[in-house]
Parts: sequence; structure tokens; C-alpha cells
Amino acid sequence: MSTRLSTGGKYLNRSDQRRFTFNGKQFTGYEGDTLASALLANDQMLMGRSFKYHRPRGVVASGAEEPNALVNLGTGGTFEPNQRATTTELFDGLTATSQNHWPSLEFDIGVANNAMARFFPAGFYYKTFMAPRAAWKHVFEPIVRQSAGLGQVPKDRDADTYEHFYAFYDVVIVGGGVAGLQAALAAGSAGAKVLLMEQTAHLGGRAVIDGGEVDGKPVDAWVADAGETLDAMPNVTVRLRMMGAGVYDHGYVLGYERVRDHDPMAEGPRHRLWRIRTQQIVTATGAIERPLSFAGNDIPGVMLASAVRDYVDGYGVSPGDRTVVVTNNDDAYRTAISLKKAGLEVPVILDARASGGGALADEAKGLGIRVETGKGIAKVKGGKRVTGVAVCAQAGEGAVLEEIACDAVAMSGGWSPVVHLWSHCGGKLFWDEDQAHFRPDPNRPPTSHDGKGFVIPAGSANGPMDLAEVMGDAHAAGLAAAKALGLKSGKAAAPKVAPQPEAAMEPVWLMPQGAGPKLRMKAWLDYQNDVKVSDVRLAAQEGYESVEHTKRYTTLGMATDQGKLSNINGLAVLSDALNQPIPATGTTTFRPPYTPISFGAIAGEARADTFQPLRKTPIHDWHEAQGAFFEPVGHWRRPYCFPRQGETHSDAVNREINQTRKSVGLLDASTLGKIIVKGPDAGRFLDMLYTNMMSTLKPGKCRYGLMCNENGFLIDDGVVARIDEDTFLCHTTTGGAERIHGWMEDWLQCEWWDWKVFTANVTEQFAQIAVVGPNARKVLEKLGGMDVSKDALAFMEWKDGQLGGFDCRAYRISFSGELSYEIAVPASQGRAFWDALLVAGEEFGMMPYGTEALHVMRAEKGFIMIGDETDGTVIPQDLGLNWAISKKKEDFLGKRAQERPHMTDPSRWKLVGLETLDGSVIPDGSYAIAEGTNANGQRNTQGRVTSTYYSPTLEKGIAMGLVLYGPDRMGEVIEFNKVDGSTVAARIVDPVFYDKDGEKQNV
Amino acid sequence: MRRYSAFAIAREAARYHTGWERAWASPEPKKKYDVIIVGAGGHGLATAFYLGKNFGITNVAIIEKGWLGGGNTGRNTTIIRSNYLQDSSAAIYEKARSLYETMSQDLNYNVMFSPRGVMMLAQTEHEVRGYQRTAHANALQGVKTEFIGPERVKELCPIICIDGPRYPVLGALWQERGGTGRHDAVAWGYARACSDMGMDIIQKCEVVGVRSSGGKVVGVDTTKGPIDCDKLGLVVAGNSGALANMAGFRLPMESVALQALVSEPIKPCMDVVVMANTVHGYMSQSDKGEMVIGGGTDGFNNYTQRGSFHHIEETVRALVETFPIISRLKMLRQWGGIVDVTGDRSPVIGKTPLGNCFINAGWGTGGFKAIPGGGWATAELIAKGEPGPLAAEFGMERFIEGRFIDESVAAGVAH
Repeated sequence: MSTRLSTGGKYLNRSDQRRFTFNGKQFTGYEGDTLASALLANDQMLMGRSFKYHRPRGVVASGAEEPNALVNLGTGGTFEPNQRATTTELFDGLTATSQNHWPSLEFDIGVANNAMARFFPAGFYYKTFMAPRAAWKHVFEPIVRQSAGLGQVPKDRDADTYEHFYAFYDVVIVGGGVAGLQAALAAGSAGAKVLLMEQTAHLGGRAVIDGGEVDGKPVDAWVADAGETLDAMPNVTVRLRMMGAGVYDHGYVLGYERVRDHDPMAEGPRHRLWRIRTQQIVTATGAIERPLSFAGNDIPGVMLASAVRDYVDGYGVSPGDRTVVVTNNDDAYRTAISLKKAGLEVPVILDARASGGGALADEAKGLGIRVETGKGIAKVKGGKRVTGVAVCAQAGEGAVLEEIACDAVAMSGGWSPVVHLWSHCGGKLFWDEDQAHFRPDPNRPPTSHDGKGFVIPAGSANGPMDLAEVMGDAHAAGLAAAKALGLKSGKAAAPKVAPQPEAAMEPVWLMPQGAGPKLRMKAWLDYQNDVKVSDVRLAAQEGYESVEHTKRYTTLGMATDQGKLSNINGLAVLSDALNQPIPATGTTTFRPPYTPISFGAIAGEARADTFQPLRKTPIHDWHEAQGAFFEPVGHWRRPYCFPRQGETHSDAVNREINQTRKSVGLLDASTLGKIIVKGPDAGRFLDMLYTNMMSTLKPGKCRYGLMCNENGFLIDDGVVARIDEDTFLCHTTTGGAERIHGWMEDWLQCEWWDWKVFTANVTEQFAQIAVVGPNARKVLEKLGGMDVSKDALAFMEWKDGQLGGFDCRAYRISFSGELSYEIAVPASQGRAFWDALLVAGEEFGMMPYGTEALHVMRAEKGFIMIGDETDGTVIPQDLGLNWAISKKKEDFLGKRAQERPHMTDPSRWKLVGLETLDGSVIPDGSYAIAEGTNANGQRNTQGRVTSTYYSPTLEKGIAMGLVLYGPDRMGEVIEFNKVDGSTVAARIVDPVFYDKDGEKQNV
Repeated sequence: MRRYSAFAIAREAARYHTGWERAWASPEPKKKYDVIIVGAGGHGLATAFYLGKNFGITNVAIIEKGWLGGGNTGRNTTIIRSNYLQDSSAAIYEKARSLYETMSQDLNYNVMFSPRGVMMLAQTEHEVRGYQRTAHANALQGVKTEFIGPERVKELCPIICIDGPRYPVLGALWQERGGTGRHDAVAWGYARACSDMGMDIIQKCEVVGVRSSGGKVVGVDTTKGPIDCDKLGLVVAGNSGALANMAGFRLPMESVALQALVSEPIKPCMDVVVMANTVHGYMSQSDKGEMVIGGGTDGFNNYTQRGSFHHIEETVRALVETFPIISRLKMLRQWGGIVDVTGDRSPVIGKTPLGNCFINAGWGTGGFKAIPGGGWATAELIAKGEPGPLAAEFGMERFIEGRFIDESVAAGVAH
């Protein structure tokens, strides 16, 4: 059984007991425990079920590489699936449940898949489930989906908050083990601004458990001193519980700080995503031990040797009473020694190497441990827990030499450097034959803008595993980072460590070497996804020879651990099957993040009300108080209408229109884009931007203008006012303001950089209010101030002055066909001016109107709307706007494009008005159908509706549309489709439905 | 080719699966082929498959720089739909979608086409009108879609928040027979069928030059030596510009990174595919249980097959807002692919300045869903030397004439 040892546990604070539940059962642990160590301390080895076969699984590792021990954590708004027990720090009140089983962890119906495993090899689903055709969607896929998946689905909205943090450093060091600490000391003492991040709760990494001496003191004392030294350096920041998630181009590093996962009752954000720019990155990310591939290596109780050592020495937990150690290297002897020193039994060390180990082996033998060389495990016995191992010769085919009873197995297949961050941005690897691992190729680092490398691997992440070599390498890495910044090395010296030579490891990719199909089918490579040696061999046999094909065909390395334990073993098996050297097989691509990071952290504070910036006009609060119904337009909210008690939205819209047409209405037009274009070349610039001639506009006058892109398509429209000789004010659509401003700058900065023009987007500097209707002038006259008579301020003129005591600029422009003034006041005066207008307009029954009334009134008048009549494929000529296209100008944006054959084709659909014969409203988006079908069997069409409304003014449906030869077909009746297959007949008419001669606005 | 079936699996299980044969051969190139297709991605393999199936042309080599299906075919978010606005787009995407319906049976390879339904959310009045327009167009194009209200959206996808404070869901364009497929399997299934017809799929063989004479292609130079051909098809998404450059002409395309990501797997909670264009993101749940997520393209050109993190952030933010329960799920893996984008966001299937050289390119962010249709149309083009009705509008000359097939009207976001 696994249990808590009476003494020991470097990470534990035994004075602080913590209670938690697992599958409803009450357990206790200590401060410093992880959920995994606390479960082991309570003899809970079984922690989950595998993905495909639902096999019972126990914890196999002690850190981020854990594939098996995934749990559902928390409840309600703090529920989280797939949480690794090995990286979950224990807190009081923690609740966890196991995953992927039914009805329970102990008895899982899904394990039937295991009994059928022989019929479910890699990729079996590509070869079956094909008949009958509908069965995949309705029968097989639902079964696959139900039995796949891992954790439960969160039900509630996340109760926690997240934040982003932006930071800039000279050197970012990822990993707070001894290598990271030494690199930080070297770079920090040279004067670099350094950030050191460590994903766990403590500094020192493996060295704290593995022991040794640095600078004449025990390594844990050295770690404590180094931590203090770094804390005292003002240019160095050290962060715990922060993972280097990804390295991106140009020295961009993503740091994932789990601020209070270990202390959920604390205040503040749960996670903080650090977005860091740095010049140099040092990856001191350590190495991960590899499992060995023998039959039954997934039975609960089989663990990595280093993890067993972590649990014994770090957490004071014994994973088993009798632990067999199996290895191909010296390091695992440390585990045997630890176990023995903790008073636990080690019945045998099986060393696959014929020549056995070095000094550590001698030490183990000295403690009385039996060591067998050239031996391995033929098979692990047991179901939900290891009960013993069958020993065989490594060189054979698995003939059992003896059986040894045990309840745990500690395995070591050697160590692989963690090269993820090195590789994210293109760093290349090479195969180290001696240690049988891939490590960073110093000649092919990821490169930055200057073509130079910006990532430096340090310590065991760079290959060396011996403490002395690790420290030397890390010191050099820190100095190299400083040197790359142009700094001289500081006073930190290379630490002195006595080398501890070890006997050479020997690669073991299959145990025993000649294991047959039966054993290979039980030898796991990827624990979580249930990929075995036999699966990889099958992939190779079937021609999935590229490592990427094998990965995708077998799902090797695609589980939540992203192959941290399985990838190297898998590609070694693949190489063997293909009879090619491992480097010829290569690795799959390393992708961020190193371990999964929460979506909450990525989204940060952008959620709900703050999901996107909300832009408000100065009058917004008044609209809100009136109960306006808003619609989003860009980042703005605009009142769609102002419904009164008992009114539907269409009632309100009709009332607003009727009152405006009859008397007077007012519109908050503040959201319309306002861009100042100023400079000696401003006129010339606008002549290029607009299809119209703007340079001839006189100060004091306004002109309606059209803007096209290089392809000739209409992209925006609006009224341009010339303020003075050098200055224009360009109105844009609400949604177009930022885009058009960017468009202007694009041309000015990239193409016409020598033109003397400046632009400024002053949209938010002004409140702009349209006073519209036959009584508009009377309302303004009642306010008093500037002369707004027809003579003083004619149609398409503007004037500065005062109204009701407010400084303002009044434009005589109209988008409704009515007598209309748009009055701009400084934004700070907007609300007061609006209120003053309301008072002045009271006797005329003046009321505000919203965007829908605006739309209907402009359609009644036959005015086009960008986004309705245009969709990125429409040119001004389609809309009968030839009058706004200057014939005199040599060039403007879109001119050449509009001369292309398809643009001048007479069969382009053209703008017309449409009236249904029965007075109904044509459905939005309807097409005008024509006879027959095209070559692809689609119904022919001859036009489409672009705007369609009920007109309260005309008391019937009106529409605008683009129709084939439309302007030449006045009076003709054509059919428009409905989605139910029926049609509605409409007559082609003039698009101006209301006040064709403009008598209303020219008063 | 030995057929795949449940029976075959049972038979093989009895002998530890030692009898499975290669899914496709791995031959050395011959000196000459009737047709060389450059690019063993989905479109290239489908082109070869329909050359054989529809036109009996089987002396074909498909040459691949890396591993087959390793470009965008193996990197996309596997969405299949045909609810396009413009006639020519709807025609080719619907052809593709209908071929997906029977692809598993046609290829005897389970590509897991799952018509789980695709909805495109309308979250502004403008979008509502846009999708109503698409629904009307689709009704005339023979593409079955409908515009549904928010209650139905919630019913089809209970994890959507339809009444968020910023962009409440006003409705959606719903294509019931849209869905997802297993992207790798599409490439593998076509590859197996092509190999079975006697075509040569030559992997790890990079084309380094296009040899031509008198305005016609005579062959290609590769890292495995020169190979001659009578006709050449360039089907190399992400590298179209580079290949065209070797052939001596330019394309109206830019190459940009498109990224995608998946969450850790969870139990089934989302049956449909949801695309939210206003907030900019789309999501579905794979059979494995991962939430499969994509968004927009990077704003700059590159060939690195990785993208910038800020786009990931923008996409995830949009989806956390749309599906609040995913906030505590975790991003497992992000990746990128390079897409060739044309000015009107529609592909090019057509002739090139070299008489016997044809191109299929520029699918932008929407190539996977089009694979069988694109292959069908490209095969016809190569076999006959002239485009058939499906490809008729997709020639490059449209950019000279101004005859765009602009879908940005309907889909502002990648797919």
C-alpha cells in the first residue's frame, strides 16, 4: 500500500493539516502536499481511467508531465475538469472527483473496451462504422463521443477573475531549478534586468531531492542562499507558480501565473497572463524522465523512478511497501537508495545494462539491495494495483526467469531535456547518441529580427545531467545572455561542484528487446490516449511513416500531457519499425503552450460588460433613462427607437417618423465620423480619396462625397465641409470612422508621404444633433442666436455661431428629405444643448428618433446607405450616383478599376425603387428571380432587394434594389423570392418615393 | 486493395494485426507521367482521384515536399458547409459538401463526415439582414439553409449565452447538413484510393523548378531528379506564389498565417458548429471531446506556419464571451497554417500563362470544406483543358476584368 511516512518530506509543513475530499471521501494531508501526494498518503493509488480503454490508472509522475492523474476540481462556479493532481497544491476544503468512468472509478463499465482492445488497435475507426451511411452520425459517433472526452462539462459561469500583465525585461529565465538560479545570478550580477519564473511553488527543482554539494554546501542550502541573493538584487524579479507557456517571434514570452489556485479564498485574480517582451530568453526548463516500455507498464503502482523519489523525500510518502526498480541508467539507483533509507523494501534493482551501473550501483549494493544486470521486466502483474513483476533477460523475448512480489515499480528509461520553449519559435534539435535524447542544437537557435539567436538553453534542458556540468552550463548561459546585451560579466562566479561520474546509460526502447506481439500490445507509450508499442508498429506497417502521420493515426502524444512522457519513446519505436536512425524520424512540432493554460487567463478582463470598449455619446445617459432600445453599431450603442409604454418597436418607429415628417424630430448623430483633413495639399488629397471634386468646394459649403477602394467599390460616403482654405471636415458613416481614418493614413504614410496633409479623427470631440422636420427652423429660432434663415444658411452650407448661448457649428444638410440642421457643439456641451433643444421643441411636439426611423426616412427619400445598398461589390455607377463622380479629375481611387470590362458591363444590376403590388414588405435579402437555371442548376436571378421597409409616410411597403437593366424597366413587375419557396410581385419604380423635387428640404 | 470493414478488423485481430497492408505505396518516381500534381494535400489528392475516377487518367504522380496531408488539410478546424452567398461559391462548396456525404463509402475509408449542423450567429441588425440575404440566395441555389431565431439557437446549442450584455444573439443562419469531418482521414482516404488506381504518391520530394518550352510545361525538377509530364497541376496551398514563381508567372495572392487551437477534452456538450462573426471566432467539439477553435488571419504576410499570440487572445476572448462555461477549460495546443488569400477571398481554379499548366489555389481560410468539389473541378479542368461549369467563374482573369466573387459580404471572418 501507499502511505505517509512518519518522518521526512522536504516540502511538507506537518503542523498545518488540510482536509479534502476525493470522490466524496474525506482525507487529510499537509501544507506542501500536492493532491497527488496527499492521495498517495491515503493509499489512493487509483486516480483515473484512460481515454480509450478505460483502464485503471494511478499517478505515474510528480509534475507537469503527468498523463494519468487528472481530476475534476471544485464545484459550481469554480469547477474545473482535467486538473493534474500532481500540480494541484493541496488547500483546505479542496474537493476532487475522478474522471472518465461510469458508474464509478472502481467499477467502470467502459472497461469493456479494454476487453475488446484487440479489436480496437490504432486507427480502427477509419476502417469501420461506414455502413449504413447514416449510422456514423446517429449511432457510432454518439457512442464514440460519449466514451471519449475526459472531464465533466462545467455548468456554471466562471466565478473567478483573470488579468493580463505587460512586462519588459532584458533576460527572462524560465525554470527556477539550480540552473535557472545560477543563470539568474550570472545575468543579474552583470546588471541585466532579469525575470526568473518557476512553475512550482519552490525553487531548486530536482536538485533539492537529488542532493549533492555546491560551493561546499548541501545543495538545498545553496538554493536557499541563491534565492536570498536574487531577492536582494533590485534588477532581478523571481516569481513562483509561473510557467513559461510559450515563446513567440521577436522575444515575446507568455508567462502563466497561477496566482491563487493554491489559495482560492485569497483576494485577486485567479490567473495572471504575463505578456513579456525580452531580449534574451534562458530556458532552464530541466529534463523529464522517460518511462520504459514493458508489458503492464500502465498498471497503478508503476511510476517514474524520479517521481517515487519525489514522493518519498519531498512529500514523505511511500508509494509502496516493496518497490522494484527497473532502469537503463544510474540515476534510478538514487530512488532505490532513497527507498531503502526511508525504511522501505527494494526487492531488486533490474538494470537492463549487461555491464550494470557505476558508483551509485555500488552504493545501493552496499545498502544490501539485490541488483540484477542485463535483466528487465517481462510483464507487470496486477489489475488495479501492481502485485508483482515477472523478470526476464533484456536481450531475450521475455522468457520469465522469476516472479517477484511487489506493490510498486520505479522505472527509468533515461532523461529527455525539456526543449519545448527552445523549439516553439523554430529552434532546432540534434540527437545526442550518448544520452539517447534530443537536445538544442546551438548552431540553429530560434532567430530574432536581426538574424541572431534569442534563446539560450541552460542546465539539463541543454543536455548535461550531472550537477557539476549543469551548474557550469547554466553559468555560461547567464553570461551569454548578458553578453548578448552588451553587458560585462559581474561578480558572480561559476559555482564549484565536484563531478559525480555515472556509468553510461544504454537506450532501451522495448523491454525485453525481443518482445513479441502479445507483450507489445500491453506495453504502453502514451498512457492517457492508450497508445501502445503495437500501435506505433502498426502505423509504420500501414505506411503512416512520417512521424506526423504516426502521431495522427495513433494519437500518440496528442493527450493533455502533449507527449511529455511518450514522444521520444514512440518515435524510437517508429524508427525501429522503419529500420532507420532516430534523427531521420525526427520529432513532431512543439507547439505552445508548454502545459495547458486557462481560457479565462487568455481572455483576461475582457468579459461581459467589459468584453469590448463601449463608446457612449454625450447624450447616451439620456437615451438610457428614456428606455431607448439600443443596437450595437461598431463599439457604439445607438438607440434603435424610443418605445413608449405599450408600444412595439415598429409602433415607436412609425410614431417617430410621422412626428418628424409632420413637425420636428431630433437625432443624436454624434457617432458619425468626423475627420479633420488639413494642410496645403488637403484639397488635392481629398480629390484622390473621393470620387467627387473636393478641391473646388468653397469655404462655408458642404458637399456629399463618395469614397471607393482601389477596386472601384463604394466603401463610405458622407458630407464634406470646407472649413477654410487648408481645412476640410469629412463626415463618415458611424461604423466607418476608424476604418476611413486608417485608410487616409495608409495612403498618406505609404504612398503620398510627401504631401502636406495631416488628419485627425475628432469624432468624439463633438456632439452632433440633427434637428429635422418642417418646424426645425422654428425650434432653432426659439433657442435664439445665429440666423438660420434660408438666406443666411442655405441648403448645403454651414456656419459657426451661437444657438441658445451654445457655441456651435450648424450644417444645413438632410438625410431625411426634410428641412434639417445638424448642429455640432463641443462634446462637453452636448447633453446641455440636447436638453435645451428638448425644451425649445416641446411646443412642436418634438421627439427623438432612432436609427430605424433614420433608415426608413432615408429610404423613402431614395438615399443609399453604406452597408445596405453597398456590400463591397457595388460601384457608384450601379447606384445611379454618376453625378457624384467627377469627369474632370485625372485620377481618384477606384477610377481605373471602374473602367474594367466587368465594371462597365451594361448588364450590371442597377438601383431602382420597388413597390409590392399588394402593399406588403418584401422580405429582407430577397432575390428577383428569372427564368430557368444556370449551368450549375441554380435558379437564375435578375436582381435583389437592398433595403426594404414599411413606410408609415406612404403607408405601404417600399424597397430599393439592384435589378438587371432596372432603370430601363420602370413599371415592369418582377417576382421576389421568399424562403418558403413562394414569391412576391413588385413593380420597378423610381427609388425616390417621397418629395421627388426636394421641395421639403429647400425651404 | 483489400477492403476495410468490421470483418477485416476481426480477422486481423486474430493474428495481432500483422496482415494489414500499406494504405498507400511509397514508390520512386518514374521518368514521365501524363499528369503531375504538385502537392499531396486534400485538393491535390482529390484532383488526382477524380482524374482517375471521372476521366480514366491514372498515369499520374502526386509530388509532395513533406508528408501527404501535412499542410492546411491537417491543420484546419474541419468545418464543412456550403451556405455561401454568391452563386459560383455556393455551387462548388455544395458540390463538395454533397461529395462529403458519401465520401466514407466512396473511398472505403471512414472520414467521419458528421452533418451535425453549422450555425452562423447574427449579433447585429446588419448581420441579421446579411444572413437573411444568404438564406434567400441559398433557397435559389439548392443549398438548404434557414434563418433561425435566438430560442432555436439556444435549443440547438445550450452552452451559448444568447443574452450577453454586449452582443445578444439575434438569430443565426443554420445549415443542418453542414458539419465536420476528420481532416487527416480525407487526405489518407484519397491517398489510399489514388495509390490503388496505380498513381504514384511521392512524398519528401520537393519541386525546385518548373521546366517549360514554347509556352508549355515539359516537366518539373525535384529533389529526386527531373520528372516529365504532359500536363501539370499546381495545388500547393500556402506555397502557391512560390510555385508560380518557378513556373514564371505571378498570382494575385498573399500568404498569411491562420491559427487554430484546441482545449483539453471534455465530455460532449456541443453538438453543432457555431461561428460568431461579430465577435470573431468559431468553435465545435471534436469526437475526442476537444473544443476546436479558430478565428481570423494575422494581419501580415508570412510563411512560418505559426502566428502571433494576440490573435489567439482575440479569438479566445470572443468565445469565452459566447460560451461562458469554457472559461475554466484550458488551451491544450495552438498551431498555425499558411493560407493563400486572393483579393476577393475566393479561390482560383483555372488556366495559367503556360498552356498545359493549371492551378488550384487561393482558398484562403476555407479550403478544407471544398476539397472534393475543388478536386472534382480541377480534374475536369486538367482533363479537358478548359474549366467546366463549377470552375468557370474562378479563373484568374476575373481580377483583370473586375469580376470578383466576393464572399466577404457574407462572412467577415475566417472559416
